[in-house]
Amino acid sequence: MNDIGTSAVQSTWLLNVVNVVAILVFVVGSAAFTTWVERRMLGIWQDRYGPNRVGPFGVLQVLADMIKLLWKEDWVPSFADKFVFVVAPTIAMFVVVAAFAVVPVAPGIGVVDLNVGLLFFLAMTSLGVYAVMFGAYASDNKYALLGGLRAAAQMVSYEVFMGLSLMGVVMLTGTFNLREIVHAQEDGWFFIPQFIGMVIFFIAGIAESHRTPFDLPEAEHELTAGFHTEYSGMKFGMFFIGEYVSVLLTAAMMTVLFFGGWLGPTWGFLAYIPPVFWFLLKAGILVLLMILIRGSLPRPRYDQLMAFGWKAMLPLAMVNLLITAVVVLL
Amino acid sequence: MILYLVLVVGLIIAMLAGPYFLGRRRVSRAVNEPYECGIVPVGSAQYRVPIPFYLFAIFFVIFDLEAVFLYAWSVAVKEVGWAGFIEALVFIVILLVALLYLWRMGALDWRTTRQKRDRARVQPR
Repeated sequence: MNDIGTSAVQSTWLLNVVNVVAILVFVVGSAAFTTWVERRMLGIWQDRYGPNRVGPFGVLQVLADMIKLLWKEDWVPSFADKFVFVVAPTIAMFVVVAAFAVVPVAPGIGVVDLNVGLLFFLAMTSLGVYAVMFGAYASDNKYALLGGLRAAAQMVSYEVFMGLSLMGVVMLTGTFNLREIVHAQEDGWFFIPQFIGMVIFFIAGIAESHRTPFDLPEAEHELTAGFHTEYSGMKFGMFFIGEYVSVLLTAAMMTVLFFGGWLGPTWGFLAYIPPVFWFLLKAGILVLLMILIRGSLPRPRYDQLMAFGWKAMLPLAMVNLLITAVVVLL
Repeated sequence: MILYLVLVVGLIIAMLAGPYFLGRRRVSRAVNEPYECGIVPVGSAQYRVPIPFYLFAIFFVIFDLEAVFLYAWSVAVKEVGWAGFIEALVFIVILLVALLYLWRMGALDWRTTRQKRDRARVQPR
């Protein structure tokens, strides 16, 4: 009896470790892989090849980039605030990878099952502003400071209604627990009743990871590289990986909150496909959609960007909240 | 969870330490100058910041704090029922009126004076 008990405890413990390591490796690995997917897809959509030399179809490009970045000089500018300069990319990468801890990938797969999973996600993405601000301030470079200020103003503006857009889902389920939110979607995915919320969250998610069309903080034609102008080598690589993890995070959260997470069709042979496949499929389609948006939309002007956030998205998110409340209460 | 966070920190430390040992060092004249596309920098990078950035930071503090109250309401929307809804409605309407006030004040208008003037010239009235 006692033996069985301890072995069961040990095996769950082992399972947890496998789970945690596998998710971490998969998240960071697929973020790196997404850089290749993005460059390749952009190439195809723009009628050119994209990276296609290293390995079959260029898939090993990621590895080549990584080796290059690792062997670059570990340079901290002499005029920079050295400690903050190193801390900034650390935060950039840590917060987004840590936020992945609450994403329920499939039954039994996921780092932690928090009751306040959604709040943890919002808290972690909010902390991303610090990375940008610290990086910009520590660089002591004019472009970096301007880019960092832009990024901070943009991220805090879009954060306000990012949280509000998710509250419709919380109202429908009455919980912040992401696993329960997925289970509540067994009768129908939330992107139908919460269509406005989904669109707002998608826009805010792109803005939070500052990608085109919201990449004014690093608009290369006016600010060289924005807040990470002075960064090079692996510290730049960490900002870069952080951005792509953030893309994956937005896609994963969209899948969990609005597209039924790991739930798939239950008829015929499709019911035998493991749930994790459906999760990856949905998240992958959303990542491709974000890349397509980058490939097709121009940048707005900065004042247009801020006006769009405050004058259109914020009131819309609040109205969506009220309408959802009325529907829930009726 | 703790293991995950420890592993993340470990990975980051490895990524920071790797280039420290692997990367080569090089000394040249321009390395220690801020990068400004090859132009020799003039003046300090600690310049005065446009005021709208400050304004938007304040708006964020106000509106995000109010959004946090709405989080608490939305998780309990069924429990508090219609009475809670009326209260939240009043709260949200006050928020929207405040937003409208800021809008009318021109506080959300990021355009420079010159952009506003040029716009006025193109479209009279």
